[in-house]
Amino acid sequence: MANTMIHIEHLNKTYTVDKKDVPILNDISLDIEEGDFITIVGHSGCGKSTLLKIISGLVPYQTGVVERNGKTVTGPDVNCGMVFQEHRLLPWLKIKSNVGFGLNKVSKQEKEERVKKHLELVGLTDFANSYPRQLSGGMSQRAAIARGLVNNPKILLLDEPFGALDALTRIQMQKEILKIQKSEGTTMVLVTHDIDEAIVLGNKVVVMSARPGEIKEIIPISTAGRKRNSSDFDVYKKKIYNYLFQDADEDIELDYVI
Amino acid sequence: MTGINTYDKKSGWIEKILRCGIISWILVIVIWGLGSLSYDAYFLPSPYETIEGLKEVWNNHTLQRDIVASLFRVLKGWLSAVVLGVPLGLMVGTFKPIKWLMDPILSFFRFVPAIALTTLFLMWFGVGDESKIALIIYASFFPIFINTIAGVALADFSLIEAASVMGASKTKIFFLVIVPSAVSNIYTGIRLGLSSSFICIVAAEMLVGSDGLGYLINSSKLYYKTNCAFAGIVSLALLGFLSDKLIQFIGRRTLKNFGVK
Repeated sequence: MANTMIHIEHLNKTYTVDKKDVPILNDISLDIEEGDFITIVGHSGCGKSTLLKIISGLVPYQTGVVERNGKTVTGPDVNCGMVFQEHRLLPWLKIKSNVGFGLNKVSKQEKEERVKKHLELVGLTDFANSYPRQLSGGMSQRAAIARGLVNNPKILLLDEPFGALDALTRIQMQKEILKIQKSEGTTMVLVTHDIDEAIVLGNKVVVMSARPGEIKEIIPISTAGRKRNSSDFDVYKKKIYNYLFQDADEDIELDYVI
Repeated sequence: MTGINTYDKKSGWIEKILRCGIISWILVIVIWGLGSLSYDAYFLPSPYETIEGLKEVWNNHTLQRDIVASLFRVLKGWLSAVVLGVPLGLMVGTFKPIKWLMDPILSFFRFVPAIALTTLFLMWFGVGDESKIALIIYASFFPIFINTIAGVALADFSLIEAASVMGASKTKIFFLVIVPSAVSNIYTGIRLGLSSSFICIVAAEMLVGSDGLGYLINSSKLYYKTNCAFAGIVSLALLGFLSDKLIQFIGRRTLKNFGVK
């Protein structure tokens, strides 16, 4: 059995709003193995992005255990990269400097090589000396992915990374991220509200309930079922819809599922 | 299609002329010229008499001497204010306790204009250059300082978050994320500081001293040479205008990636 890369046990998280505690995440337990591609789907505001930020160490949590690679999470670490919905590139740095931003403790030569390699990986070699404002949305997001991978992190967290892209670019980026995951073997956790995307990318789909976020179900996806035109794909899709809308009107389900 | 194009061309032609400012200046000079017809040169010199005045102060070298004197005072005071205001602003903007400590004092002195302090500064720093430069520092410090603090406060949190997730240290985040975020506000503060400098140097020079554009304006009036005073005012406006244009030119050329437009 593979190594457990991320271990979460009985995690609870509340935010304080107007002096009242609002529960965001409720009793989350999740184990993610090395090389997994986990996708998390849920309604907006269900705390899925907060869960990702807790794993990255950006947001503190109240109770429970959160471990990366066997160590309790106390803050961000270069072994765990993150890509956000917006590219968040620094406008005043060239693309190559943006991609190399996280490389702190390596020689200049190695830095150059690693930046070059990762720009190649996302197909941006020709734009190394451009500034972010000169890139399209899809290209900027590719640069952000290269930046997230440049430290060769064991884990890459993706917070709705393709949400702001147009439909065509999104499909292309999904293919690219799968290719990268295969070649680099990075453990990836991707948060999305796009159910198709969750099935296409994930080898497991974590379905979350509305706030306070709880894990409703973890659905393993077969390799065949990840293809959009397979019959399994529709079965998974229906299953996930049922979980997400089981408390709502039946009509919603009928409208969406073909 | 052709109709749209001709329309564009026409409006482009009118727009170009209006925007370049020639029409505005012709209007000002015409109105000024007509107005001056009914007054004598001592009360309101005409554009022509002003040019004569310019020639006079140029030929006896007082204009050159006064421009250089004022410009050097402004440069010394304004650059000192930049050197003081930017680092202090970055510090106060970054460390909240220092900000809380300074805020009440700052919001008091912000409303004390430099001109109100002119006579006091003359008493404290003497009638020489020191008091004038101190006054310029005081006047241009606040716009620079306050805009720098605002620039730090406006730094995009999502960029700071992205940098810290990549393991960047606090120092690295400060120099590569927060300071660059503040650049466009700092630049605005520096420009505003320069215009404050020009305002208060004239006031100080009018009050005391033996050179500078403020002195030229004041002394010409004392000798009933209003046209020379007008020449001083025009030179002052040109000097301020040109130095602001120069900063704008440099800013647009070098600070594009920091959001300076």
